[in-house]
Parts: sequence; structure tokens; C-alpha cells
Amino acid sequence: MSDNRTAMLDKLAELEAEHAKAVAGGGEKYVERHHARGKLLPRERIELLIDEGSAFLELSPLAGWGSDFTVGASVVTGIGVVEGVECMITANDPSVKGGASNPWTVKKIFRASQIAEENGLPTVALVESGGADLPTQKEIFIPGGKLFRDITRSSAAKQPTVAIVFGNSTAGGAYVPGMSDYTVMVKEQAKVFLGGPPLVKMATGEESDDESLGGAEMHARISGLADYLAEDEHDALRIGRRIVARLNWRKRGLDTLAGARCSTSEGDPSGHAETYAEPDADSDGLLDLIPTDLKEPFDPREVIARLVDGVSPTNGRAFDEFKPLYGPSLVTGWARIHGRPIGILANAQGVLFSEEAQKATQFIQLANQVDVPLLFLHNTTGYMVGKEYEQGGIIKHGAMMINAVSNSTVPHLSVIMGASYGAGNYGMNGRAYDPRFLFTWPSAKSAVMGPAQLAGVLSIVARAAAEGRGKAYDEEADAGMRAFIEASVEEQSLPFFLSGMLYDDGVIDPRDTRTVLGICLSVIENKAYSGTDRFGVFRM
Amino acid sequence: MINRLLVANRGEIARRVFATCRRLGIETVAVHSDADVGLPFVREADAAVRLPGTSPTETYLDAALVLEAARRTGADAIHPGYGFLSENAAFARAVLDAGLTWVGPAPESIEQMGSKVESKKLMEAAGVPVLGNLTPDTATEADLPLLVKASAGGGGRGMRVVRALADLPDEIDRAAAEAESAFGDGTVFVEPYVERGRHVEVQVVGDGEGQVLVLGERDCSLQRRHQKVVEESPAPELSAETAHALHEAARKAGEAIRYRGAGTVEFLYDPQTGRFWFLEMNTRLQVEHPVTELVHGVDLVEMQIQVAEGAGVPELASLAARAPGGHAIEVRLYAEDPARDWQPQSGTLTAFDVPGVSVEFAVLDRAGLGRAGLRLDAGFEAGSEVSTHYDAMLAKVIAWAPTRTQAARRLAGALAGARLHGPATNRDLLVSVLRDPAFLAGRVSTSFLVDRTFDQPGEGPSRAAATAAALALAERSRASRTVQRGIPVAWRNVLSQPQRIELEAPDGSRSTVEWLGGRDGYAVDDFVVVAVTADSVTLEADGVRTTYDVAVAGDAVDVDSPRGHVRLTRVPRFTDPADAVASGSLLAPMPGTVVTVAVEAGAHVEAGQPVLVLEAMKMQHTVSAPHAGVVTEIDVKPGDQVAAGEVMAVVSTGSTTEDSSTTRDSSTTEGGSTTDESEEA
Repeated sequence: MSDNRTAMLDKLAELEAEHAKAVAGGGEKYVERHHARGKLLPRERIELLIDEGSAFLELSPLAGWGSDFTVGASVVTGIGVVEGVECMITANDPSVKGGASNPWTVKKIFRASQIAEENGLPTVALVESGGADLPTQKEIFIPGGKLFRDITRSSAAKQPTVAIVFGNSTAGGAYVPGMSDYTVMVKEQAKVFLGGPPLVKMATGEESDDESLGGAEMHARISGLADYLAEDEHDALRIGRRIVARLNWRKRGLDTLAGARCSTSEGDPSGHAETYAEPDADSDGLLDLIPTDLKEPFDPREVIARLVDGVSPTNGRAFDEFKPLYGPSLVTGWARIHGRPIGILANAQGVLFSEEAQKATQFIQLANQVDVPLLFLHNTTGYMVGKEYEQGGIIKHGAMMINAVSNSTVPHLSVIMGASYGAGNYGMNGRAYDPRFLFTWPSAKSAVMGPAQLAGVLSIVARAAAEGRGKAYDEEADAGMRAFIEASVEEQSLPFFLSGMLYDDGVIDPRDTRTVLGICLSVIENKAYSGTDRFGVFRM
Repeated sequence: MINRLLVANRGEIARRVFATCRRLGIETVAVHSDADVGLPFVREADAAVRLPGTSPTETYLDAALVLEAARRTGADAIHPGYGFLSENAAFARAVLDAGLTWVGPAPESIEQMGSKVESKKLMEAAGVPVLGNLTPDTATEADLPLLVKASAGGGGRGMRVVRALADLPDEIDRAAAEAESAFGDGTVFVEPYVERGRHVEVQVVGDGEGQVLVLGERDCSLQRRHQKVVEESPAPELSAETAHALHEAARKAGEAIRYRGAGTVEFLYDPQTGRFWFLEMNTRLQVEHPVTELVHGVDLVEMQIQVAEGAGVPELASLAARAPGGHAIEVRLYAEDPARDWQPQSGTLTAFDVPGVSVEFAVLDRAGLGRAGLRLDAGFEAGSEVSTHYDAMLAKVIAWAPTRTQAARRLAGALAGARLHGPATNRDLLVSVLRDPAFLAGRVSTSFLVDRTFDQPGEGPSRAAATAAALALAERSRASRTVQRGIPVAWRNVLSQPQRIELEAPDGSRSTVEWLGGRDGYAVDDFVVVAVTADSVTLEADGVRTTYDVAVAGDAVDVDSPRGHVRLTRVPRFTDPADAVASGSLLAPMPGTVVTVAVEAGAHVEAGQPVLVLEAMKMQHTVSAPHAGVVTEIDVKPGDQVAAGEVMAVVSTGSTTEDSSTTRDSSTTEGGSTTDESEEA
């Protein structure tokens, strides 16, 4: 076994362990208690909600990693197929502090809402939450209002919203069903009110109970807040599936794409080929490909060959490279993934020079011209520095590339395979540039610069400052400082940390990349898109 | 000369007669009830006439309607098949009076042999040995056990074994009541019951001029509840002298009544003593006639037609192309559930395929066959609806081979490999019998199936079969996806649990198959998943690969493999509470008519207490309380028709008992009869 493979398998084992923490939720005791009440865990609910044998792409599973909160942030979000409709599904995890929302929960739900909005997905919320985590309310209450705003904006954008209430959904939480298009409540379990019996007693002196204030029967028969009364959790999920089945859903992206693409020589009029070949090279080889030391470059064509459709009667060549002889540190070209056309930009030698930046700019424009989504495969240490390059206009050229990435309107997907440092992260469509989806490999690292460089820069600056003050430089303190900075930057540039911060949509097994991209490209088709011809002013 | 022949029958026997007609160039006419409109025999006939209604009385037993059909179609001859009107002398006369050719014996012969009491007297006079006729007054302890039989009946109908003299009067009364209701003739008689006797019968064809051709004997000892299941020719373990004596006795019987056409003389043979007694003569073609045809190389239907057209014995004998040889075994494949007291089954036959069939409804051309051949006489085909209105027999499968063991092996192999999806069948039992050492040694008797219990050779709801069913179902879901079609099945980036598919076995037990999907395809515990398609799953266990063929029809999942067949039912992921059956509901076990309701709503019942009685196919099924409780609901009244699975009553209990059970009271069904028996003895 290669060292690369061993290292990658170790990282994947760690990843699985971190995912297991999220799956474990509140831990055995709470899970048992929950099950004893005849209730299901969020992922059990999702498994019943989605179509048999369909995929579920869980998003931000490591949210809150490295924080004081449970990995996964007491909510599960992801894209699943319900009655043939790709839906954004959110599910509170009541085994974690009663499903209470903490700041990471809110961020995670925001991200899910953003994905639903950008891709035009209906939303199904599986609700059972004790409300906000009060000690951190200051980080939740004000920004948290967006949750409810997003539900109704989604509705207004003809992206139906379904809330299935399994338990508590009180106070602010009551507005989740309140704002949704369809609500299902589980008999003798759902509890939806603004104020519970003690609060009502304090406020008005009225004696009341949970059931009369917010029980499922009451809401179904009296208040009308519940559209459907479910016998139990299974029944609620059955009803949820029936609701989605009747949404008369069609993937709106396909309508426009069909018109745009019917003249292409390859693929069918719907924009993608019905039949396609699996990649020419086995995805398993990806484990051998990524060097343990990211200073060592690797050929992204080897990655591309393992991600894109292989040669078939409808696909004459797996990857048609564009401008192969110019700016060789960035590979650009056309391919298909699961039958769908895609333009790929992949770092080859780490560094981006002026030529690479200009090549990328042109390529992004070309993709917009023909409405083809873009995939960015990161392994960059950033734009080249140095006298020669500054004088050659590296800033102008980097800015052109960032301009193109920022204003491009075809869907973007990013995968951070290895390094993603400095402005290279921006140019390659990092998180701040809102790719539709961004996933990270366990081998990735992302920061303003490499830990050693960063520590070195700090050391040089400090030394210069000391010298400026005419003081002797404390070499021992410098070594300590460098070690500390290097270690903490190293830690903060690792995938779990970045994923915990919601800087990606999840860390994935490289071997699953094609599958993840295939799901994303299918999801994207739920909303019409077209390339732009309006970029910012390109500084020439 | 016959030009257009109407078959006053249905199913496989109609097809059988049509097949010969086609070979002879005779046009064919079918009559059919409403329930049978989709069966192959209706389609195969040159003309078909509907007999409105479903019950036999309204349709196949209505002589006037049948004759009217013959008139409208211009048929010049009627073949009655077996059962229904085949042994109805009045009908035979009516056919003749209408100026049509009756492909059967003289009405007088039917009458003479129709009464078991009279026929015995006749045979005794002709020198054929008969069993002594007893009465409650003449029977003694030494005569026990005794058999009470309906004079007008056939097969098991109205037949009761009596082991204590005190029971005799009551049993006579019951048998008489049954005979009265079934045949309109309550005459019964009593004779000694030979405990380990064998049923051996001789095929004869008479020319009506006093000459009788004997075509060997058949052993039909393997019976369940007096219903033949396995038949063969020649009879095993029968000395040449005994065989010859039987043949001569049959010849005498036929000659005594100047018999015309094909008939069968049945004997009870006691292998202990080597003695035999005349039982009865069936004045028609038998269900099991193919074994004789395969051994003798003759077409008995052709012989019947020739005799009807006036042929004499020498001409008939010339039809036998060659000397008899080899051994033929026939099994009757029934839609019935041996595990549930042989309850007849109904439903859609979603698959019906017997592998290696050499001929259908025809004599095997042994010269071109090599060493063994297989014949199929089926009344149904894939897609046919099997109703409980008539005979539950789906088909007869007949093997011929040079030796008995070869024929048995060939037949067992064909049955084991057959695809029979839909109603439960007795296939597994037949395979067990054909592979049973005692059977292979020729130790057969009428109590063979009573004396022994057979392990079902089918693997039952094994883990492997359930796993194969679940994976094929999953693959079906995968293949029918409308989005993300190329994404690996059940792919998860965060794995939380296996996928689950719940299946119910025929015995009602449920099991859950857990599987994982993802990048590398299907994975299960215990087996290596070698290949999965929507209709075939290959699993490997302990280095052995087995392929399971999986067919899905609605919620039913049929799994066939070299290890047998099992029909599983997919438990739906969700049940709409509105569709859920209340706990304690009593469901109709089959379509039928409510005869009595024993309790009133609000009554308290004990577990097992009869709640109501349902009659289906003339058998009475007592539906009992599954548990003690209060009858909260009675949804039916006497005379109501119910469909299988319909809720008839609900017995509520404080406990959470889930299972409702319908049981058959054996005392009301033993000796009861099914329509198939009216069609055949």
C-alpha cells in the first residue's frame, strides 16, 4: 500500500469517527430514552421520508466541530429525494439537549436555506426542538429571525415548505409550522404554542394545559394550524411523502436548458446524456494520488479522469483540455459528469501566475457563454509573489480571475483537494464566492498562507520591529512563538476545523466525489440558470 | 362423422379434447361460465358460448343451456369431459334426442354403473369380486373399520370412515345429508374399509357390441382425503398374475354391460392378501388417462370419438401404434395449501412455467425423445385468474421413462424447477412424494399421505431467499428512479443505519432484511452479494454461489432457486391508518358465502369459539374467535357473499393481541368436498 493511501485511509477513519459522533447525537442514554417513547431519531425519520434506495447527501455534518457543542449542532440537514423530488430536508435532533438550537445550529440551517434558495428546492422540516439554547441566545435571537423569513421567502419563490412536527415546537419555534405551506402534526406528540401553561398562568392567570394550548388534535380541529393530523411518526412521514408527491414538481432548470442545449452535438435535448460511461479510471486510485506533503504537486488530470464520464458513444473524449500549452499551472477543459456538461478548472502546480489567471478568466467567460456549470478543483498555494510577477501585473490578472468568478452566473462547484491558500482560495471560488456547493477532501488545508510561512512572516516582521526599536531579538521566544503559531494555524487550516466553522458543506471521501458532484449537478437543475455576459470591468 | 364437437366442460379437459379434435380436423366449440372467460380453453376453441353465471349449477351443469349452445353453434357432437354432466344419463339421452352424437357410453350403462349398490350387484352376478354390503344391523366389530359411501357420488364426496360401531348411524346420516346436498340423492352404503389398500383401476374401451379392449391398469393409491394426487401406470409391485386377473375382471365388467366408449373399472386391491374387489366403474374419461396414453401410445380421446362414430374393437386396437412399454407417472398440481388443511387457493397465476415439457395434451413420440419425456395438460397459463368456483387443479404433469424411478426423478425435477407464482400449490408435497424412498420402492397405499408427514423440500422463508427478495426489490426501486439515476443505490456520506426491507413469509412470520448500498453496491451480512438485477440475485455463502430468481407482482415476491420456491409478501413501508385492519378482525379466508352467524354483536366469546361459518366450494369453514373478548362488530349476515380478506367481524380484547385467526373445524370439513371432486372420482 502506498504511503499516500495509508495516510488517506487514516484520515478517512478519523472522518468516520467524527461523523459517528454526529450520528450518536445526545449519546446512548438520551437516544434510548427517545426510542423508549416510541420516537425516532432525526436520521431514522429522514430514512423513512426519502425514497427507497435513493441517496441522501448530508450537509455540514461536522458543524460545531471544535466548539463546546455536539458535533453536528443538534440538527441534520441534507438533500434527499422524496417521491422523485429533490428536497432540502432539515431535522432537529431531540436527543441533543432536546433539539435546542445553538449558534452552530442556526448557521447550519441558514446554510441549508441558502442552498434551497439558490437551487430552488422545496423544503421539508422535521421539527422537534426545545427552542434556543438560552446561554447563547445573544448569538441566536437577532440573526435567528432569518429562519422564519427564509421559510416564507422560499414559499413566495414557489419552493413549497413542509413542516412535520414530531414534538416541541414552541415559542419562536412555533413559527416554523406557522410559516410553512403545509403542516403535519403527530398526535399526542406535537406541541406548538407561543407560551406554555406556566407562562400563560403568569401572563393572564389562565389555567391551561399543553394539549389545549398546542396539541396536534387541537391544531388540526380547532386552530387550523395543522393541515394533517398524523397517528404516529410513521404516519406523519407517510403524509409528508404524499404532500411532496402532489407538489406537481418539475425541475425548472431543465426547461431552459433544453432550449439552450438542443443544438449541441453531444447529449440529448434535456441537456444531459441519458446514458454515459463510468470514468475511464477507477475512483479508488484517488487514495494513492494525494501526497501526504502538499508541497508535492500532483497532476489533476489524474483526478479528473477518475471523476468525469468515460469515453462512450455519446462522449468521444473524457476530457477536452482547453489551452493546454498556455498557463500550464492551471488545467482547464470540458467534460461530463453523470451525463451533464461541466467546465473544470484545476490547479496543477500550486502557484497561479498571470497566464493562469488570464486563462481562467477566459475559460469562465466561455462557460458563461454556453451555460455550462463550472467545477473548481483546489490545490493552490496562491498567486505568485515576487518582483517579476508584481511588475508583470499579477494583481491585475488575479483580479480579473476573481472578477470572473464573482460575476459568473453559471452554477459553481468547488472541491478542495489539497491546498487552498491565500487569494488562490478566492480565485478558485472559495466559500466567500458562494459556489453552489463546496466540499473538502480529508487531505485539504486552507488558510491565508501555509502555517510555516505564516509563522515565518510573523517572525520576520517581529524581528524587523525589534531591530527598528534597536532591541536584541529574543531568538528563544521567537522559536516558541513560531512553533505555537505554526501549530495553531495548522490546526485551523484542517478540514474538520473548517467544516466545523461551516466553511464547507462537508468533508467527503475522495472516492465519493463523483457521486457528490453528480447529486449536486442534478440538484442544480431545479432552478433555471444562464451564463452572464456582464462581468465587472476587467482591468487590462 | 363428427364435424363440430362441443365440449361440455372447462379447463384442461376441454383443452385436451380440443387438441385431439385439431389433430383429427374436427371443429371445436367451448362453453364457458363468466368466471372462466379468460381461460385458454375458451380462446382455443373455434367458437365459444357463454353460459351466464359462475356457479356450476347455473353453467356447466345446466343441460338445457349446453344443448342450446350446441344448437346455436351447429355442433353435431358433445363430449362431456369428466365431472359435471359426464355421468348424467338424462343429459346423455337429451343429447341423443337432439340428434347429436354423444361421445360417451350408452345412457343405460351410465345408469347401471351410476348406482354403486346396483353396479355391485351387477358385477357380482358377472363374477367380478365385490366387497360385502353392510348395514348398521349386519355390521359387526369384526368388520371394522367401515366405509360409508354415497351411492351417487364419486371421489371423496360423501365418504366417511367409521371406526366404532356406535358412530355408524350418525355417520350414515351425515354422509346421506352431504350426498343429498351434493348429488340430490341421499343413498349411501357401507362396506368394509381396507386400511392399507391400494386403488388400482383398469382402462377399458368397449365398442358397444360386447367387445372390450383393455389398456392396462393404473395405480391411483396416493390420495389425500380420497382425492387422487399421484397416478401411474403400470401399477408398481403388482404381480403379472394379479395384473392379468384385474384386466380380465375389468373386461368381464365391460362385457357384462356391452360397454361403449372409454371407461374405467376401479378396484380395491389388498396387497397383504393379493385380493381385489370391484369398487365402481367410471363411465367416462378419467383425469389420469394420460399415464395410460403414454405407456400404450394411444390417444384415448381419439378412441372415444372413433367409437362414437361406430368403430369396432379391431379398429381401435389398430390405433395402438406399438406395444406398451415404460412407465408413466402423473401428478395433479392443485392450487391449494397443504399447510392449511388443503384449503383451495385463488388469485392470479402470475407465473406458470414447467421446464422441459415435451408435449401438451398429446401422446409422447417416444422414438424421438431419448430416454424420458414430459407431458403437460394445463387448464391455466401465466396470467390466468384462478377462482374457487371450480376445481382447484391447475395442471397435470406427466412423465414417461423406461423405468418407474427414472420417471419419478424426471417428474420431481420438472416440478421442482417449475415457476408457479400466485396461489399456493401442492408442488412441494408432490416433489417430496416423488423423491420419497417408500414411494420409490413402490410401497404405496391409499393411506400413504395420511401415514407420513413430508418435510417441505422448499427452503421456506430462508435468510437467503429473503435477502434475495429484498435486494431485488431495492434494485427495482433503484432502476425506477426518476432523478439521480446514476447515483449509487442508497448512497450516504454519513452512514447512520442500514436500509431495511420487511417481508412476510407464507406462515405469517415477518423478517427484516438489512442491507447497505453505496459506492461498492449492495452489501449484506452473512452473504457475499455477487450480482443483483431486478429479477435475479446471486449470493455466495461458504464459497457456494446460488442464484435466486425473483419475480414481483404487487406486494408479492416470488423467489425461485434450486433450493425451492417461496412466496414472500413485502410489508409496505407505510400503512394508511384508514386502511389498517383492526386488531381482532376476522377476515374471510377465501371468497364464499356466510352460512351462519353464531353470535350477536356485543356477545362475549372465548378464544376458539365459533363466530360464523363460511361456505366456499361446498366446504364449510368455521371462523372462530382469535382470543377471548367482546364481539364489537358483525359485518355480515347469512347469505352474504364475502371476498377473501374481507372483514366479517371484530372481536375486541383488552390485550394487544394482533393476530386474528380463522380456523377450519375439521369435523365440518372432513368428508366435505370440493367442486373438483364432482368433476372427477
